[in-house]
Amino acid sequence: MTIISLSAFDLGLAAGLIVLLAVISIVMRLGLERQLLVAALRTTVQLLLIGIVLKALFAAAGAGWIALMALVMLAAAGREVSARQQRRFSGWWRAGIGTVAMLISSYTVTIFALVVVIGADPWYRPQYAVPLLGMLLGNTMNGIAIGLDRLTSAAVDQRAVIETRLALGQSWRQAVEDVSRASIRSGLIPIINSMMVAGLVSLPGMMTGQILGGNPPMEAVKYQILIMFLIAGGTGLGTMAAVWMGARRLFDHRQRLRIDRLETR
Amino acid sequence: MIRLQLEKFRIPLLEPLDLAVAAGRWIGLRGPSGSGKTMLLRAIADLDPHGGRASLDGTACDQIQPPLWRRQVAYLAAESAWWFDRVGPHLEEVPRKWLEVLGFGPEVMDWPVRRLSSGERQRLALLRMLANRPKVLLLDEPTANLDRDSMEAVERLLADYGQRRRPAVIWVGHDPEQLGRVCSSVYAISGGRLVEAA
Repeated sequence: MTIISLSAFDLGLAAGLIVLLAVISIVMRLGLERQLLVAALRTTVQLLLIGIVLKALFAAAGAGWIALMALVMLAAAGREVSARQQRRFSGWWRAGIGTVAMLISSYTVTIFALVVVIGADPWYRPQYAVPLLGMLLGNTMNGIAIGLDRLTSAAVDQRAVIETRLALGQSWRQAVEDVSRASIRSGLIPIINSMMVAGLVSLPGMMTGQILGGNPPMEAVKYQILIMFLIAGGTGLGTMAAVWMGARRLFDHRQRLRIDRLETR
Repeated sequence: MIRLQLEKFRIPLLEPLDLAVAAGRWIGLRGPSGSGKTMLLRAIADLDPHGGRASLDGTACDQIQPPLWRRQVAYLAAESAWWFDRVGPHLEEVPRKWLEVLGFGPEVMDWPVRRLSSGERQRLALLRMLANRPKVLLLDEPTANLDRDSMEAVERLLADYGQRRRPAVIWVGHDPEQLGRVCSSVYAISGGRLVEAA
């Protein structure tokens, strides 16, 4: 089976949908037309750029370039996590906690998949390494952002409970354990839900892409199952690491709850 | 014997203060709202950062693990907080006799926390704190929500605890008559200073 290549004209036809939406938005005064066009434009430009980067990367395949790419992706994801927080840790911790948690979880899980499961040669072969890391970062980012957001807002809401527990002689760990547990749980629920409905309600994007790209469905399905497990593992470990670090940071060396280490925006 | 000692103890609203409270001594503390009474108690319990030195029976605060310090230097907040649905799990260490003194039967353990009145919460929170057998009691308006009978029961229970355990007590309150009755000396916060009230 050959791939039907898309021309610029084909994409232009699809872009007509965006223009249509924008027109409706103007007529109905939704006020979304500007954002819609900017978002569509950003998608086009960002994806074209990454296409050029990937093309060059696949041709050169130098380990140094791939490492640089991985770092840029990590930094972008770390920024995104802190942008999604209602209350954030001040200073270096703002992006630091999420970034370190993603570094621990996404990188280890990706390397595990590349070396142990897939066995690509060399193990950092960009056709495998870059998309895998991208999918893992994108998904662990969600879990970590939700978990941290929940942790900090619950710490503020339940300040009286946490401080009462401290005053009664509980350690910081005991005093915050209910909050930590709930935060980890809410970070993990989305990925559990998407494993539940995979194939029933939604055909996962990666699998759809592989099938459209001409791969046999069963190959695409096996990769999708692998990806789901990797994402679940990465999200779980990443959320736990982030919530643990965040909870630790909420208390000082004398185990006092330090809400003043958070800033609201 | 000096049980609780503060030396050059510093918190935001007050000037550095020195205070020594002997075992078995009850100190009253009053002052306008917002003058720093609650903040002082919280800092002594090491729930808020503070400067200077606090020590318990001669051992400095920073030489004692925070949970152990707070179990012995116990702060009772004016508003109590609860985290289990029912009363029971909060009060596992509380002797039944104490419950009786404050007018509760054993069935209180099954009550849902959200159905407690503010007076019931206040009395149960006091028992929950006393169950740790603290050596210093930092009480923030411990009878504010209580009627006359309950208030007297609480005072009796605390007096009995005081006789047995000889704690150092700092009692924050607004009622001069009550402070004069339960405390051996009364201080007031005025202009950021602790001054002995007449």
